[in-house]
Amino acid sequence: MEVKGTVFKYGDDVNTDVIIPARYLNTTSETELASHCMEDIDATFPQRVHKGDIIVAGDNFGCGSSREHAPIAIKASGVSLVIANSFARIFYRNSINIGLPILECPAAVTAISAGDTVSCDLAAGRITNETTGESFSAEPFPPFIEEIIKDGGLIKHLTKNQAN
Amino acid sequence: MGMTVSQKILAKAAGLESVKAGQLIEAHLDLCLANDITGPVAVKEFVKSGAKEVCKDTRVVLVMDHFVPNKDIKSAQQCKLCRDFARDKGIEDFYDVGRMGIEHALLPEQGLVGPGDCIIGADSHTCTYGAVGAFSTGVGSTDLAAGMIAGKAWFKVPAALKFVLTGKPGKYICGKDVILHIIGLIGVDGALYKSMEFAGDGVKYLGMDDRFTICNMAIEAGAKNGIFPVDDITREYLAGRYHGSMDVYEADPDAEYEATYEIKLDELQPTVSFPHLPENAKTPDQWGNIEIQQVVIGSCTNGRISDLRIAADILKGRHVAKDVRTIVIPATNQIYLQAVHEGLVDIFIEAGAVVSTPTCGPCLGGYMGILAEGERAVSTTNRNFVGRMGHTASEIYLASPYVAAASAVAGRIATPDEI
Repeated sequence: MEVKGTVFKYGDDVNTDVIIPARYLNTTSETELASHCMEDIDATFPQRVHKGDIIVAGDNFGCGSSREHAPIAIKASGVSLVIANSFARIFYRNSINIGLPILECPAAVTAISAGDTVSCDLAAGRITNETTGESFSAEPFPPFIEEIIKDGGLIKHLTKNQAN
Repeated sequence: MGMTVSQKILAKAAGLESVKAGQLIEAHLDLCLANDITGPVAVKEFVKSGAKEVCKDTRVVLVMDHFVPNKDIKSAQQCKLCRDFARDKGIEDFYDVGRMGIEHALLPEQGLVGPGDCIIGADSHTCTYGAVGAFSTGVGSTDLAAGMIAGKAWFKVPAALKFVLTGKPGKYICGKDVILHIIGLIGVDGALYKSMEFAGDGVKYLGMDDRFTICNMAIEAGAKNGIFPVDDITREYLAGRYHGSMDVYEADPDAEYEATYEIKLDELQPTVSFPHLPENAKTPDQWGNIEIQQVVIGSCTNGRISDLRIAADILKGRHVAKDVRTIVIPATNQIYLQAVHEGLVDIFIEAGAVVSTPTCGPCLGGYMGILAEGERAVSTTNRNFVGRMGHTASEIYLASPYVAAASAVAGRIATPDEI
């Protein structure tokens, strides 16, 4: 699957409290969560983000609270991919479980700037900065995790295995 | 190659002789936990899967604690959804107002967690139960739904860091200072994906409440879990309340640790984490004069009886500064009642503080103590991220109950020696 969009760039330790503040956790509505996505770190993000856009960030993206509302809000905002140096472990699991594509690629993070147009072949982990022409290879997922992604998330993976 | 304590528990839960770091395993879960924030998303996923019943081999615990007693209609709807699910699925461990407490204080208190257990919770501070020798880690709602359905979860076996605690903590030093110091040392991703295993002669000077505080904040260093050895202090705590099997493990002599740190408890000073990351740990010589408007004493980190006793000891016969709103939140009903019996509540109220029903409330900026623009709070909670307790231009200083109570009196960040 190929994704393409404009880059929103952030620094290290972007935590789930700024991705979706707890004052909005009294709902599970995906559109409502998306309407407040990133607002405590980037107030106009919900207005500026377009379908397909890509978030690029530094170390430990998604640290803090286990709230699955964070990757849900990002995905429902239309973001097609998050590229970071590293992800906090609960956010990493949550993203895979709900089908938000994420990739670890420090070389891409260093080279990509806010506003660049970036495309990515998700299956191959091939990232291209269309603004500069540079290409990068992300770390591949372990086969077990690839299978969960292929099945469309953890619950579908589980029901498929139970049916077998 | 030998195994760490966490690896031994995971091997047992996976039905394997041994495991090694990096291995992907499927482990049986002794307990699955969710709350009123993460529960509704888990219930949605559970329903989506078409499952009819929760797995009978796994204890499912639902605790309404974040926004209860409900702060608004939407929160009430979320709790109702969890309540209906619990009733429909026959979940006995459903803790609602009157029976609830902050989950990570409540579960150990009720004897629901014990040594050798393998536990997941849809709350990042689920790592707290490592204090009783369990492997316990936070997950999201979908993982939790899958756990409720199948009684299992997949894990990548973690590598580990070892923290050898030595010496006896000095006056006014408690578990909070230990963990803030460690996070300051290794950073907020210093233990990313790894276990933090605590050991050493200093462990015997830490009571259970200190150990809960330390394991609680393992996640603030990015860790998968934190775990303490099981000793006489643990056994005494579990006696009469925990009725499961005591599966006590010790690390093999040749267990591999990626790094070992010696933490000299006798050299620790009161430690405060400045905004906006828990790793910004500072000692009194670095504090300067920081005026505050609010103090919060409570949470899954420091809302236990020892914490309230510490705060009461400082506040007894004193009054909080005129402009400092001081909010004390006992973590469970039992702790609340004990605080009443011991006269702690009298001390708090006479000192000009308020005492709230158990709730996570202000810790995550939910309600019961939200900060306005430009305000500063000293808090015994666990996170000081931007906007965590209110306005994005407010500030949170994480501290022990000693420092929080002293700061309430001083009107600025202070040690008990300064008041």
